[in-house]
Amino acid sequence: MSENILSVKDLHTSFTTDKGEVKAVNGVSFNLDKGKILGIVGESGSGKSVTAYSIMQILESNGRISSGEVLYKGEDITKYSEKQMHQFRGKCCSIIFQDPMTSLNPVFTVGNQLREAIELHTSRRGKDAEGRAVEMLEMVGVNEPRKRIKQYPFELSGGMRQRVMIAMALACEPDILIADEPTTALDVTIQAQILELMQELQKKMGMAIIMVTHDLGVIADMCDEIIVMYGGRVCERGTADDIFYRPCHEYTKGLLNSIPDVKKIGEKLKPIPGTPINLLNMPKGCAFCPRCESAMKICLDEQPPEMQVPDGHYASCWLNVKKAKEAEKGAVQHE
Amino acid sequence: MDKLNNNMDQMPKKSPLSMQIDLQKFEKATDEEKHQQEVMSESSSFFRDGMKKLKKNPLAVGSIIVLIAIVLMIIITPHVVPYSYSQIITVDGKRDKTAANMAPLKHSDLEKEYIKDGGKVFPHLMGTDELGRDYFVRVVYGTKISLTVGIFASVLVLLIGVIYGSISGYFGGKVDMVMMRIVDIIYSLPDLLMIILLSVVLNVVLDVTKVSFLQKLGTNMISLFIVFGLLYWVSMARLVRGQILTIKENEYVLAAQVSGAKPGRIIRKHILPNCVSVIIISAALEIPSAIFTESFLSFIGLGVKSPMPSLGSLANNARAGLTTYSYKLVFPAIMIALITLAFNLLGDGLRDAFDPKLRR
Amino acid sequence: MNKDYVPNKDNLVEVSNLKQYFPIKVGMLKKVPLKAVDGVSFAIKPGETLGLVGESGCGKTTAGRSLIRLYTPTDGDVFFNGERVSEKNIGYMRKDMQMVFQDPYSSLNPRMTVEDIIGEPLDVHKMYHSKGERRDRILELMELVGLNAEHATRYAHEFSGGQRQRIGIARALATKPKFIVCDEAVSALDVSIQAQVINMFDELQKKLGVAYLFIAHDLLVVHHISDRIAVMYLGRIVEISDADELNANPIHPYTQSLLSAVPYPDPKKAKERHRIILKGDVPSPLHMPTGCAFRTRCRYATEQCAQECPQLTDRGDGHQVACWNK
Repeated sequence: MSENILSVKDLHTSFTTDKGEVKAVNGVSFNLDKGKILGIVGESGSGKSVTAYSIMQILESNGRISSGEVLYKGEDITKYSEKQMHQFRGKCCSIIFQDPMTSLNPVFTVGNQLREAIELHTSRRGKDAEGRAVEMLEMVGVNEPRKRIKQYPFELSGGMRQRVMIAMALACEPDILIADEPTTALDVTIQAQILELMQELQKKMGMAIIMVTHDLGVIADMCDEIIVMYGGRVCERGTADDIFYRPCHEYTKGLLNSIPDVKKIGEKLKPIPGTPINLLNMPKGCAFCPRCESAMKICLDEQPPEMQVPDGHYASCWLNVKKAKEAEKGAVQHE
Repeated sequence: MDKLNNNMDQMPKKSPLSMQIDLQKFEKATDEEKHQQEVMSESSSFFRDGMKKLKKNPLAVGSIIVLIAIVLMIIITPHVVPYSYSQIITVDGKRDKTAANMAPLKHSDLEKEYIKDGGKVFPHLMGTDELGRDYFVRVVYGTKISLTVGIFASVLVLLIGVIYGSISGYFGGKVDMVMMRIVDIIYSLPDLLMIILLSVVLNVVLDVTKVSFLQKLGTNMISLFIVFGLLYWVSMARLVRGQILTIKENEYVLAAQVSGAKPGRIIRKHILPNCVSVIIISAALEIPSAIFTESFLSFIGLGVKSPMPSLGSLANNARAGLTTYSYKLVFPAIMIALITLAFNLLGDGLRDAFDPKLRR
Repeated sequence: MNKDYVPNKDNLVEVSNLKQYFPIKVGMLKKVPLKAVDGVSFAIKPGETLGLVGESGCGKTTAGRSLIRLYTPTDGDVFFNGERVSEKNIGYMRKDMQMVFQDPYSSLNPRMTVEDIIGEPLDVHKMYHSKGERRDRILELMELVGLNAEHATRYAHEFSGGQRQRIGIARALATKPKFIVCDEAVSALDVSIQAQVINMFDELQKKLGVAYLFIAHDLLVVHHISDRIAVMYLGRIVEISDADELNANPIHPYTQSLLSAVPYPDPKKAKERHRIILKGDVPSPLHMPTGCAFRTRCRYATEQCAQECPQLTDRGDGHQVACWNK
């Protein structure tokens, strides 16, 4: 039984803008076990990045967690003071961002930035910290680490910068690493390198990873467990096999159908009709209802409950409720 | 489907789904029902969006009100107040020597006698100046002159700057390089010195008695306009050029080129309309600067020719009797401050409302 | 430029040895040419789709823009419908060659209404006699791409990414072009919207017989939509062949590693797959390796690769590869 390291319960996050309140996250719950890789998949506007930022509490000034709990080893970190959060960030949980170009400070050398992370959270100083920085760079596969320490971010390529980011994030050996679209800005071959690196490091250091991305291919490759988000809510969650081979939510099915498949070249794609949801104007019922081909009247009015469609695989869809009822009806009639 | 409806009451109580859900709700939803929720918000162009934002800004709205009030005052005053700006107060046709340097709302001795005799004298709202002219009228007229000078100078700067900047920015390359070096040279010239020199030269060279309006304005003002036209457009040109360089990078400019549009059309339809907000903001902020320059010149004695008043020259004349007749400085100073503040706040408000970079 | 080059009459678009160099300042006075496109040749038949793939910096976008003469090519021959494309005749040729851009947010003028955006090519080429005719054509185009007629008077910023791309496509179709360059046209869209737009591209091709040069970096998408695919690396084409053939039988080492790096949305396959991980990074185009540009990362590199740059050779059935060793 794996140890549960992070537990998000009914998280709600919203942003106040001059056009109104944008409800980016509307009741997200999931669990993360030690040493596992969890993938959060969704398109733009699904709330996946905001969920990750809510855990780290690095939301923009007009955003706040309106309700819910985030339990790290049993403690609710939403109630932490700023000082406690400083301790939490970097040491217990760190994050790597999408764009390596803008995530590193262009006026400081790579070594300087790495040392900063190390000196903040460990007791190493000066030469000791520098030694650790070189160690980290070696670990992430940056060649000639002693030379790189003195270079500035613009002298490095995209893939190299992302490795430096990973080194910075792992310098303090956190329990949880959040990766927010870490490879979206990279070329496919570099992406493959980085993903392989992350898998190696995970085996070596044993941290849990939350991988936020829209790329189902990356998710299939890396993740043990997956949650699918749409409109700030969790549509479905389960293991990789559950989600890819036994999807139980119309959105998940639609996403899988939208990707061109080598086996079905020449066939028309079956895209999800309509446009993504407008977070300012959330529907009363299921967030996906307006675009769902099998929508029912109840979907318009009420949000579907999360139901277990056997064994650790959960989905929030009225169709599952209907199926379950029909199954029961069938069972009753046979009695 | 019917079977399910009939068996509704036979639902086993152990079911975990024992919420009383109306099974009819499990019917398929129609497209209309789904799309009821998709309402596209009201259409609004960039301009309307910006105006809405501007109206919400109290400082900007306040500034607009102040400016409108000033303009109204300028228009209405000549019809209400019977004095002209150069008219020395006379009572019953006789020059009233005692009417000099009066405090606001006071009457001179002669005027008091006149009133006792049954005559009507329009009150001097701001008193009189050292020559016995009504100060209120002079201040209002001075505001008119200062405002006009400011706006005209600003428009001049706008026209030259926009044309120069857009040519330089759009064509780039050598053209841009040469034009910008010229701008650099102009930037380094001392503006005040040039205005003084030019006005001295014009005094000698130009025979202004032929054109009465120019004569009234005085060579100082003409030289001011000339120098503005020669020197002050450079910052606007740089601004416009910078905007154009950014806009040129947008893909819609490329799309227009692919469609076959010629450079003239591209500048007209694609580039300039997207610069307009920046240009207007800059022009709005240029006006107080021009007024201030004019006031400053008048203050040091290089402004409009007497008896025409401008806020700066009024302030200058007030220096002499500052301790005894302080009101003579206070009124023009307040006007200068009001106009400058109003345009600055308006410019800021316009920038907040229309600048695309600041939009969330 | 080869003045004696005679293009094949069957080809709608024929490109031979296209070069696009950009002079870059290195130091105070020295200028070094950035060889964005270094000798690219391909042909597209009417109604066909050629996919052009490669990673960032390989020159595929530049090649597309050179072809359509947004940049003036440094060297090479471009033929359209058998006629050589030059500064003189590009004016009317623009009616037949159009482009769809990547970024739905910056490819539409925020100050113009949808109607004016789509109508611009019509205005430029004066393709109508009355306002009514113009309006009709615009509404026809909007219907073709699946936009509501009532949206014609709205402004671009009121639409979502997918809808804006549709507006861009409608604009490209206005002059009834025979050839459209799609420069990463679906890369900036969400997966579900991407699928809609890809289907639309397919339908339009069937309905109108338009040929596409589909530039993208997503191999799955390119494979789905293209008849033939060309793979570019550092300004040169390293492999070009029929789409299915390329996927089943990639010959060039770069193509092999590219295909093996594409993440598959299938957990079982992902675990089974054998990834060929390339070492190192893409060299800077300012310091291109001598000979074959790929040799610094290639497992099979030999002496010959450093000395001479391989040309495309036909391996049968139109499958061309530029490699000494494979």
